Amino acid sequence: MSRLEATFAALRARGQKALVAYLCVGDPDVATSIELACVAAEAGADVLELGVPFSDPTADGPAIARASERALAHGASLARTIEAARAVRARSDVPIVLFGYYNPILVRGEARVVAEAQAAGIDALLVVDLPPEEGAELRAAARAAGIDVVALLTPTSGPERVRRAASGASGFVYYVSVAGVTGAADTGALALAAEQAAAVRAATGLPVVVGFGIDGPAKARVAAGLESAGEGADGVVVGTALVRAIEDAPDDDARRAAVGTRIAALRAALDAPHS
Amino acid sequence: MCRLLREKGPAFVGETAVTPADAARHPARSPPARFCYKPRVATPPTSGAFGPYGGRFVAETLVPALDELSAALDGIVATPAFQRELDGWLADYVGRPTPLGDASRFARTVDPTGEALGALWLKREDLCHTGAHKINNALGQVLLATKMGKRRIIAETGAGQHGVATATAAALFGLSCDVYMGAVDVARQAPNVARMELLGARVIPVETGSRTLKDAMNEALRDWVTHVDGTYYCVGSAAGPHPYPTLVAQLQRVIGVEARAQSLARGGLPDAVVACIGGGSNAIGMFGAFLGDEAVALYGVEAAGDGVDTPRHAATLTRGRVGVLHGSKSYVLCDDDGQIAEAHSISAGLDYPGVGPQHAWLKDTGRATYLVATDAEALAAVRAVARTEGILIALETAHAFARVGDVARLEAARRGRPVTVALCVSGRGDKDLSTLLAEEPHHVAS
Repeated sequence: MSRLEATFAALRARGQKALVAYLCVGDPDVATSIELACVAAEAGADVLELGVPFSDPTADGPAIARASERALAHGASLARTIEAARAVRARSDVPIVLFGYYNPILVRGEARVVAEAQAAGIDALLVVDLPPEEGAELRAAARAAGIDVVALLTPTSGPERVRRAASGASGFVYYVSVAGVTGAADTGALALAAEQAAAVRAATGLPVVVGFGIDGPAKARVAAGLESAGEGADGVVVGTALVRAIEDAPDDDARRAAVGTRIAALRAALDAPHS
Repeated sequence: MCRLLREKGPAFVGETAVTPADAARHPARSPPARFCYKPRVATPPTSGAFGPYGGRFVAETLVPALDELSAALDGIVATPAFQRELDGWLADYVGRPTPLGDASRFARTVDPTGEALGALWLKREDLCHTGAHKINNALGQVLLATKMGKRRIIAETGAGQHGVATATAAALFGLSCDVYMGAVDVARQAPNVARMELLGARVIPVETGSRTLKDAMNEALRDWVTHVDGTYYCVGSAAGPHPYPTLVAQLQRVIGVEARAQSLARGGLPDAVVACIGGGSNAIGMFGAFLGDEAVALYGVEAAGDGVDTPRHAATLTRGRVGVLHGSKSYVLCDDDGQIAEAHSISAGLDYPGVGPQHAWLKDTGRATYLVATDAEALAAVRAVARTEGILIALETAHAFARVGDVARLEAARRGRPVTVALCVSGRGDKDLSTLLAEEPHHVAS
């Protein structure tokens, strides 16, 4: 059983929602990102998404786009993100998703990236601009290496898209709460996403997490489906809120504290009973 | 006339047939047969619209919108009714067909003896309404948007020509229009910013990345993903996710179709066709009708900026590698880590680190040849064309002029006789006056 499968199975057995934390590796620098990832895992994140900075992050809102620019300015790269994953793996058993855009993977070589990811202890790839129709070679290489390829589904995905995504996906499904970029979603959209997540789980048989726009404990509970009837999502992703906290903190101590505090608060909110 | 049309704008929404009002306006609007162009719609479900290039490398959110657009290519654009209506607008509003003129004085400056360059023909897209070929595409796409029931148009622009063309078409059909433009380009193309605003569009300066065309396209994609329901994204070049490269090539195809017919009317096909290339829309439009004429050599000229051996250029096909940018697989300028490079060209319209996927395929198959011209060569060509032909060409177009002599010598050597070259004058240069004055005030003023 893969780390991701084991993690979602254990959470389900305990009746807990998964907390997925996204960090942009290299913001403010790679060494600090490794520290912050470990802080997040220790504070209660169940899955880490290590973001590969990219020069043209078209699916991201301004906060993650700025983080990506800062990271690149400080020398971050796909290779260094994979190294960071290896460093986190040496200290933690938390499942790690390599999260990024396709061009760095294509240019470095799909088979090479999969091999390096496997060696680094990375559990899954999530490639934002690679819909199920594209990237057959990458998917095949990942499958052969036992690395999951996470599918994205959105409010614009009809039943046919859900089926198509499910056929090539494994690990879990990332349900994007809103048609938009990272960082933007209101409570209404998140509540709807929680319902949709349950439907996607039923259709795909995979755990479904909801992301985009979850800026704190209250929205996390809504997105997880803890504030409404129904099963809701299997978990939530917090990204922009962490990236903003890292951006706003004056130094590394403050960054560690900010990430630890936010993850702990989200963990507590997700573990509080269904209202 | 425009006022009347604006008022009629909303009536077009959702209709796929020519309205009675239109039919009355264009009673015998079928253009001469030689100017009819048949859309060639290819809608492969996966990557590979052009050999290994093309595809749809976009966030899942946009896939249904691209499916909708692909369906509209087949269900709307391909219909005779749409083609008739578009032909009417191209004739009465854009001013098509544009002339195929002779540039003998410039030809003699490039090749004084005439041993290589027998004749140079200019396809005058600079004479289109709004001053560049961009209107062919913008008008077609905005017309399509009205048929698809979209009420808001967004676009990216580099030099501002596509932005102006889109703002123009949006004004004509009464749609709202937001144009994303890199902050660097806003500064160097101020007249076009003013034109867009006069036309009622909102110009949104983009302050991220290199603050040029690629960043404007990033921002337009972010807008589209956020407002995907009611918004039509009018892509300006033959790039972007499928089906945009196909759609744009189809709408620009009229350039080459006319040029080919006009060439035949002059006695025969040219030996070579030349066009400048950024994303590649005027080039693909010019090339399209000649692709089947094996005797006609096709040449694209990329922007070499300070030189292709410096980091400051935009010669994507010449110095790039296979990658994915803005939704399609093609050649891109990027580093070993796959980070997209900041391109450089004195011409904002060529200042782009990607290129349309069809050009990547034409390069790999050898059907087209891609050359480069530097900033300095482009500036010199602007001056030379102005003084020999009385035409102030755009800096983009100037790259094509800068290589005409080389193309002629290559083709004349191959054929053992002087050759005829047809060049696409993609746009006029009024927009570049501030750049020209800043670069070479002495020469320009003298």
